[in-house]
Amino acid sequence: MTSLPKTTGKKLGLVTDLDICVGCHACAVSCKEWNAGGHSAPLTDTNAYGKDPSGVWFNRVHVYETDDGENTRTVNFPRSCLHCEQPACVTVCPTGASYKREEDGIVLVDAEKCIGCKLCSWACPYGAREYDADDGVMKKCTLCIDRIYNENLEESERQPACVIACPARARHFGDLGDPDSNISRLVERRGGYALMPETGYQPVNRYLPPRARKDQAGDTGTADHLDAAENVDSGHSFFNWLDKALSR
Amino acid sequence: MDPAYSVILFTSSSGAGYGLLIWLAFTRLSGAWALSPMVAVIGCLVALALITTGLLSSTFHLGHPERAWRAMSQWRTSWLSREGVFAILTYPAALVFTAGWIWDAVPPIAMTLAASATLILSLVTVISTGMIYACLKTIPRWHNRWVVPVYLAMAIASGGLLFTLVLAASSAARQQTLILVMVVLLISWMTKWAYWRFIDRQEPASTTGTATGLGHLGTVSQLEAPHTSENYLLKEMGFSIARKHATKLRRMALNLGLLLPGIMLVLAGMSNGFAQLVLLSAALVLGLAGIVVERWLFFAEARHAVTLFYGRSL
Repeated sequence: MTSLPKTTGKKLGLVTDLDICVGCHACAVSCKEWNAGGHSAPLTDTNAYGKDPSGVWFNRVHVYETDDGENTRTVNFPRSCLHCEQPACVTVCPTGASYKREEDGIVLVDAEKCIGCKLCSWACPYGAREYDADDGVMKKCTLCIDRIYNENLEESERQPACVIACPARARHFGDLGDPDSNISRLVERRGGYALMPETGYQPVNRYLPPRARKDQAGDTGTADHLDAAENVDSGHSFFNWLDKALSR
Repeated sequence: MDPAYSVILFTSSSGAGYGLLIWLAFTRLSGAWALSPMVAVIGCLVALALITTGLLSSTFHLGHPERAWRAMSQWRTSWLSREGVFAILTYPAALVFTAGWIWDAVPPIAMTLAASATLILSLVTVISTGMIYACLKTIPRWHNRWVVPVYLAMAIASGGLLFTLVLAASSAARQQTLILVMVVLLISWMTKWAYWRFIDRQEPASTTGTATGLGHLGTVSQLEAPHTSENYLLKEMGFSIARKHATKLRRMALNLGLLLPGIMLVLAGMSNGFAQLVLLSAALVLGLAGIVVERWLFFAEARHAVTLFYGRSL
């Protein structure tokens, strides 16, 4: 059913910390590894060892350079489905294969109903959906629905594969609809933001902006500047004489 | 956007088909032209054949054509689904309308109702086709007020070129009528011209800086792509052609779609019989070729928001 639920019980989603992401692609690779055997399996690769490999991935890590005229910065930027509250990818679907779950807000594709018209991928500005030409259906991030509720896994492992894999702890998973959840507090504290709010799709996922750079002496809490050594008065005439003598 | 040939063929072919149905239904309701009933039936069947060709062609680009029937179900939210529903609903109305020209079992009131339904459903189907594109906020060159009028105008104009053949075969292709079709053709390409002017002046609302939310750090450019070769997103949404290429193709579309068919219509107005039929056929073929070029450009020139993440601009 492509009509959207009025509200969802939870708003499960991811928070990505752009300040500490090191761009190692572990999240993307781990996602591929889990999901190649998960809910939307297989994630087809074509010509995987050839000259022009391509394949379905749910997570892509971009690297951007920002330049303010004086300084440049490198920002690693993982991009995946944001599980929007008003997802146009769902409402444009003609078959009802795309849907948003009422209980937790996860956006999924029913591979049995999908006709592979690709319109949902056109409707998504975030590039979250990738078509599997082999299966003839659209595929997307499931927020590891087969992990987060999986009672065969240890409770600590009931998180999306990308979150568990991140060696820098740059990824967080939780209920962004609950203002008291750890993840919501983190977003609040760090000024987390949604991507492209102008679309009106109201993404659930948030990105934590890179922290302000501390490249001036005063930025780290030390003195703005240090006095030159020769001006230092040790308070003892012998050491002052020694300092002078050695400075010659 | 990748110009998929199946979709270009679908929108051009079914657009012309619905356009012809619109002219035929209007003729029946208004009595503006005296058509030979048998020719009108053939016209209706040609229109339905074009529509059916288009619909079948549109299923070629599906991953699972055998599930196409499911696309009728989500008319509450999806313009693609609505288009499917209206397209299917047009068939029974158009079939009764077709039969009514020659079959006495169809009472006049039923014929009037069928003609009205055919007229309205054809219009609504073409509008739905336009809305599939116009509703996508991700593609600014589609998400604007000109897209639906262009689809509608092109359908009526190409249907008009087909209709001149129906008139000629009924020996009713008078000069005034050909002038009317020329005016409709001119209006359709003026609408397209307005669309081109609009998209050329459009200021991009989003950039890589706003899309990533990193703009406050300065100019944002892509340092390293997430993958080493093209993926689905770049093949489907990242299709790009050079600007000067686009200008040439626009001129070509105008020549094929407006100028040459216009000349053919003028010449047809001055001739009759077989020569007129040949000239009107030439006008039709050229006009359709112009629409195919125009439709190809509609896709090729459209830029998708996801390309912002790849450091491109809208």
